[in-house]
Amino acid sequence: MKNMFSRKQLGIPYGLFLVLFVAAPLLVLVYYAFTDGSGKFSITNLLNFFTDPNTLGTLCYSFVLAIVTTLVCLLIAYPVAYILAHSKIKRKAVILLLFVMPMWINFTLRITALKEILSLIEGNLAFYPFLNTVIGMTYDFLPFMILPLYTTLSKLDKSLIEAAADLGADNFQTFIKVIFPLSVPGIVSGVSMVFLPAMTNYVVLDMLYNSTYIMGSLIGSYFSAYDWHNGSMIALILLIIICIVSLISGDSDSEESGRGGALL
Amino acid sequence: MEEKVKNIIELKNICKVYDDNGFKAVDDFNLEVKRGEFVTFLGPSGCGKTTTLRMIAGFEMPSSGKILLNGEDISQLPANKRPINTVFQRYALFPHMNIYDNIAFGLKLKKLSKDEIKKKVKRVLSIVDLEGFENRKISTLSGGQQQRIAIARALVNEPEILMLDEPLGALDLKMRKEMQLELKNMHDRLGITFIYVTHDQEEALTMSDKIVVLSEGKIQQIGTPEDIYNEPQNAFVADFIGESNIFKGIMTKNMKVRFCGGEFAGMDDLPEGTLVDVVVRPEDVIITKPEEGAISGEVVSVIFKGMHYEITIESGKYEMVIRTTKCYKVGDKVGMQLEPDGIHVMMAEDHTTSFVTTVNSDYTLDFNGKVINCNLADIVPKSHMKDGNLVDENGETVDVSKIKVIVSLQPYDIKMSDETDAGLVSGKIIDLIYKGDHYSYVIRDEYGHDLIVDDEYLWNMDDQVGLIMPEDKMKFQIKK
Repeated sequence: MKNMFSRKQLGIPYGLFLVLFVAAPLLVLVYYAFTDGSGKFSITNLLNFFTDPNTLGTLCYSFVLAIVTTLVCLLIAYPVAYILAHSKIKRKAVILLLFVMPMWINFTLRITALKEILSLIEGNLAFYPFLNTVIGMTYDFLPFMILPLYTTLSKLDKSLIEAAADLGADNFQTFIKVIFPLSVPGIVSGVSMVFLPAMTNYVVLDMLYNSTYIMGSLIGSYFSAYDWHNGSMIALILLIIICIVSLISGDSDSEESGRGGALL
Repeated sequence: MEEKVKNIIELKNICKVYDDNGFKAVDDFNLEVKRGEFVTFLGPSGCGKTTTLRMIAGFEMPSSGKILLNGEDISQLPANKRPINTVFQRYALFPHMNIYDNIAFGLKLKKLSKDEIKKKVKRVLSIVDLEGFENRKISTLSGGQQQRIAIARALVNEPEILMLDEPLGALDLKMRKEMQLELKNMHDRLGITFIYVTHDQEEALTMSDKIVVLSEGKIQQIGTPEDIYNEPQNAFVADFIGESNIFKGIMTKNMKVRFCGGEFAGMDDLPEGTLVDVVVRPEDVIITKPEEGAISGEVVSVIFKGMHYEITIESGKYEMVIRTTKCYKVGDKVGMQLEPDGIHVMMAEDHTTSFVTTVNSDYTLDFNGKVINCNLADIVPKSHMKDGNLVDENGETVDVSKIKVIVSLQPYDIKMSDETDAGLVSGKIIDLIYKGDHYSYVIRDEYGHDLIVDDEYLWNMDDQVGLIMPEDKMKFQIKK
């Protein structure tokens, strides 16, 4: 009997999707970024980006916000993942689930609930816009930090920890010299999974009444003013920044003997 | 001055019970190790040898008992405070460090100077024959080289005891043989006490000064390799170490022992009539002409093994495996003779199965809800049945609710069945030993007790079986 489809043909839908929704928009983005209103090639948009203090300030604010969010996530997630991976608790999976479960609740609902709680505590959300945003984003992204860390730490060969103790290291020394270095791949994948979306996610800001612009909202504001050209350029630059960050983290990920804990 | 402690390490009544499932991994373990000895823990997987090693190293704490190092109790000391280093089963080298940092790990923690560390690392690398490997990555090493690095990393700390947990398990045969000799040499040169864990009897016999044979968490025998091989203390040791024929026998007059349908002169002086297990090594059997042997039989199989032939001879209902350099054909009639020193006699263990039952109101016995019929009047002294009641000598009814009856059975009276609910109890076969004309099975029943059943047919390990216990074979006795 003849096979109607070869295995290669199963890739056609994906290929089409790739062309229509990834490659084509990218080309459009590049086209708009390097043209002016009359459709001629121009680098004004690029110059605009680096001369407009507003844009640069937004970039900085986005960076700071993303870094702080990532750090807070890491500080919360590492102990949680460590305790879960190394304890003999019987219902580990259930506890892990409790941390991951918020992801299953509608995003808008979650942030709305958080908004209510925060305004109950602070009275007016406008008092601490930065803090509120960090809390909101941490809440949103924490599972993405816990899961890769948990995977890396629980895959860590227990005999390495025993070997360290055997050679005279106390618990703290074992952590600094063995456990932490070996969990770096998990940290890297956790960080890239939190840092990159935190750079661009402006929905949380929006919903928590933080009126400061970050990169995502800046692009949105250009687009809603029908300035496709400057908006596209910002989007393109952001894309390049993200590419660079992923390349760096991807590099160190593979260097660490591929013990990475990418779970999602 | 105080007397110098000769034993570097002593284990006293060590028990290990796991909290989560109540499993008793090590049961009343007593051992003395002299300074500089090469001691091997030998046993099948799950016998408790690794658990014992882990308790000495400090990765696990004993549930009870003491571990004395140079006379001092260290049983509650954490691993990093013990002058003991371990070579792990899978080496456990740190993958994020190069070889130098791996070996220097312990020295750096001791805050030694850089020069000193460098010198020591260099020296230990020359001991394991890997000079110049300092800057290599772990992932570039072969299994054998990783093994050596693991040994170097432990040795560089100059431990009082070096623990080795099946260190050669992951190597191929040739490499394993080489490393065995190398480890032995290393031990002789360094004078450090080695405690070695393995399930490989040949490895244990080759390397050790002293072997501790373990099974089911209990010590079966402690002795030199020669002792263990030539004078096994029980059927388990005989079966586990080397090839052996094991028979049931009985002592007769003048140090003679009767087994396998013949009478042989032995070397063990036991009272006449003692039931014994007899071990005969395949290489100790002398093949003679049929009429000249103490017993005779027919060759039923011949296997060429390179150095020798392994032939199986059937004599009556018994089977004996023999090693010989001469070739025989299947069907040949031969006689067999044994020198006195080729016969190893062990006291037969008491394998009676017994369990406690309560008495039902209708004078039957209750064993976990199952009913056993018996004549209580025969068991309860000075009692008889009258009008359907059990009465004592004064004619008063005996209160049977307080009476407990012990039921006992011999291994050969219990029958095994494929149907797990066919008998009083069911269980899993966890061990079996061939004893010439039948197999002796160890069965762990549903309540966690082990019992011995003899059966002439071969069942498989881990088979679930029902145990049928015929009531007419049971012996009853009142529990005091």
